[in-house]
This record gives sequence, structure tokens and C-alpha cells, in this order.
Amino acid sequence: MGSPRPSSAQPSSPQRSSPLLALFRREIRIARSIGGGGGMGVVFFLILVSLTPFAIGPDMNLLARIGPAILWIAALLATLLGLDRLFQGDADDGSLDLFTMSATPLELVVLVKCAAHWGLTALPLIVAAPVLGLTLGLEPSALAGVSASLLAGTPALTLLGAIGAALTAGLRRGGLLMAVLILPLTVPVLIFGVAAAAAASGGTVPFHTPFLILCALSLISIAGAPFAAAAALRAREA
Amino acid sequence: MPPLSSQPPQSLSARGLRVDRGGRAIVSNIDFELRAGEALVVLGRNGAGKSTLLRALAGLLPLRGGTIQFSGADDAPLAEQAHYIGHADGLKAALTGFENLEFWAQMLGGVSGGLSPVEALQKVGLPRIGDFPVGYLSAGQKRRVALARLFIAPRPVWILDEPATALDIASQETFGKAMADHRANGGLIIAATHAPLGLIDAQELRLDARRATLAGAA
Repeated sequence: MGSPRPSSAQPSSPQRSSPLLALFRREIRIARSIGGGGGMGVVFFLILVSLTPFAIGPDMNLLARIGPAILWIAALLATLLGLDRLFQGDADDGSLDLFTMSATPLELVVLVKCAAHWGLTALPLIVAAPVLGLTLGLEPSALAGVSASLLAGTPALTLLGAIGAALTAGLRRGGLLMAVLILPLTVPVLIFGVAAAAAASGGTVPFHTPFLILCALSLISIAGAPFAAAAALRAREA
Repeated sequence: MPPLSSQPPQSLSARGLRVDRGGRAIVSNIDFELRAGEALVVLGRNGAGKSTLLRALAGLLPLRGGTIQFSGADDAPLAEQAHYIGHADGLKAALTGFENLEFWAQMLGGVSGGLSPVEALQKVGLPRIGDFPVGYLSAGQKRRVALARLFIAPRPVWILDEPATALDIASQETFGKAMADHRANGGLIIAATHAPLGLIDAQELRLDARRATLAGAA
């Protein structure tokens, strides 16, 4: 699969990049079509975060203190919400078989699908988080901290979720199983994400310590998760 | 048609294939040999393992035993030189037929030498369906859009699992002619079918289902 193809047949470099670009465009197009579920994540996030003050009560000091944690938990759940469909649709309609057969490595297909999903789900969350942070009474420095930590940490959530989505791609109603499988794995991301967000508004730990660990978690996920997810997809029905 | 005749003749041979599913041998001791322009029709009752065999040939299921040897124009694996048309059409309901085909043209990487999505839709007799979401098409029309994939990226081997499902008589004849053209250009066809596909002089491989298991019906 990785071996170089004879270069006489086709010009190699545009040929190599175009399937992945086409895949990215297709993912965006499907998610934005009716029933694609592109906007569901951010709506869920908005509702979840706006519900919290009702549950906790109008104690601004308390809300400001736990605000980053609320935003992070809501972002975690909103990211996982749409992720169970990441491979399910392609598995059901046979597209996954063709991806498996194609010259494009399945690992890259997984990575591109995750990138599209991240752009459609996590990016709106990151934009919405400071606005919602205001309703929780966060200070400006904490708002920036939450956004920065979400930007650094959500790729890890998406890619870890992709492993779960790949493992449950062949199953009916695999969404809940996927959440059960993946949520424990997201604990480190949650710990360092909230730590970074909290450190931004003052504290004993400097901001960059948890933030850099968060970046490392995302980078490890980007490097490793596509292989795990692709292996799970290949072994789906063996 | 794809200019396959300019390429060296390809051949495909399988020796002693065995494919398991869930720990059970679904098909075993499969031998066949195909040379350029030849076709193989896989016959058998429901659950005999036709789909399992074709999925294994397409590289979607691991072989438990035996070897597949394919010598083609270049040394890419068989899966990358084969088209697979399975029970699922590989089409996104939310996208139009044209968008679906355009995507597969780029994904399958065979833009050079193949028909454009518009031409391919014309070939399967759906020239005016291209800008219509696939979700609204009938089963036969969907199948024809899926079959159009065969023409947008020329590949020497066609692995077809019940390709004529839901096709009307006229479409079956058109498709039969397309298969004949493909073979005339040196292509290989492996098809599992219950209905006659109109493949002339095709080899037949009968799978004998000793156990009536449904595991092969993927």
C-alpha cells in the first residue's frame, strides 16, 4: 500500500492529494445537508451549558469557579454526540468497503474524516465557549483560557472518539457502547483541559504546564488513533 | 471505452482459497484461473458463500488459506485494480448522483482514461438524474448510478455481487453489453448471481452449501 506506484502512469503529487481533499469536501457537504447533523453538537453544547446555572443556582462565585469544568464537560459530551455516526453511514452504504480497497491508506481516510468532523463540531464549540463563559461569570482571562484549552484538547477527543466509532461501526445502536468505551480514555484530556483553563485565571500552576501536556495528548492522538481506528475498521467483519 | 488493450494481458488465479467467518469455514478449496477477457460466474444457493468469496477476493475479508495471484499492468494489489459492486451501493442519499460519482472518480484516482461522471450517467441511461439527490431515486436507478462507478475509473477486474438486482430488462441488456465491452478490452469479470447476466462463455464456479448458514449474506 505504501509502495511507490510507477510514476509513468499518472502525475503523482496532485493525484495523491486529491482523493483526501475530495473526501473532506464530501464530509462537509453531507454534514451540512438536511439530516446530516452538522449543527447538532453546538446546539447540544449551548443547551447543556445554559442548563447548568438553573441547576446550581445564581451563585456567581461558584459558577465562575466551576465554569471551565462545565464548559469542558459539555464540550466533551457534545463532541462524542455526533461521533458515533462517523463511520456508521459509510459502513451501512458500502462506502467503507471502497475506502478499504482504495490506494489511499485507510489511516489517512480516518484522519481526514476526523478533521472534517472536528471542523464541523469542535470549532463552533470553541467559538461559542467564550460567549457561554460570560453567562457563567468567567473573567476575560478565564474565557481566553477555556478557548485555548478547547482548541488544544478537542482534537484528542475527536480522535479518541474515532477509535470507539470504528470499533462500533458494524453494530446497531453502537453509540452508547462507544461512549462507555471512550469516556474513560478521555479522563486525561479532561483533567489537563480543565487545569489549563483554570490556570489561565490565576492559580499556583503556570498556564503553559497543563496546556503543553494537553497539546501533547492531542498530538499523540493524531499520531496513534488513526492506526487503531483503521485496524478496527479492517477487522470489522473478519 | 478504457484503453485496456494496450496494457499487457492480465490474469488472475486462485488456489485452495478458504475464508472463515466467525470461526467457521464458509468457503474452502476454491480454485480458478482467469485470463484476459474471461469471466467467472459464481453460483450457489443462499448462504453458499458467494458474497464471502467475492469480499475475500476484493481484500475485504482475510483469507484463511490459499493464494490469489494477480498479474496486471502494474504491481498494485488486486484490491486497487478491482471494482467491487456489492449489495450496498456506496452512494450517499443526501448527495446528488453527480456529486457521488464525482467523489468516487477522485477517490478511486482513475480520472485519466475514465468517463466523466456526466458521460457515465449517460451510459447507464440516467442523463437527467445527475442533479437529483440519490435518496429520491428508485432502487434500480440507485443501482445504475452505482454501476456508473465502473466506467469513471477504468480498472481491469470487476467483482460484481448480484449486479443486476433491481435493474429493468433494458438496463440489464445495456449492462450486459458493457460487460462484453469490458471483456473485449481484456478485462476480467467475477460475478455472483442468481439471474443470468448474459456473460457468454463464462466459467462457472458452483459453491456447494453443505450447511445452510446465513453467515455469508453480508
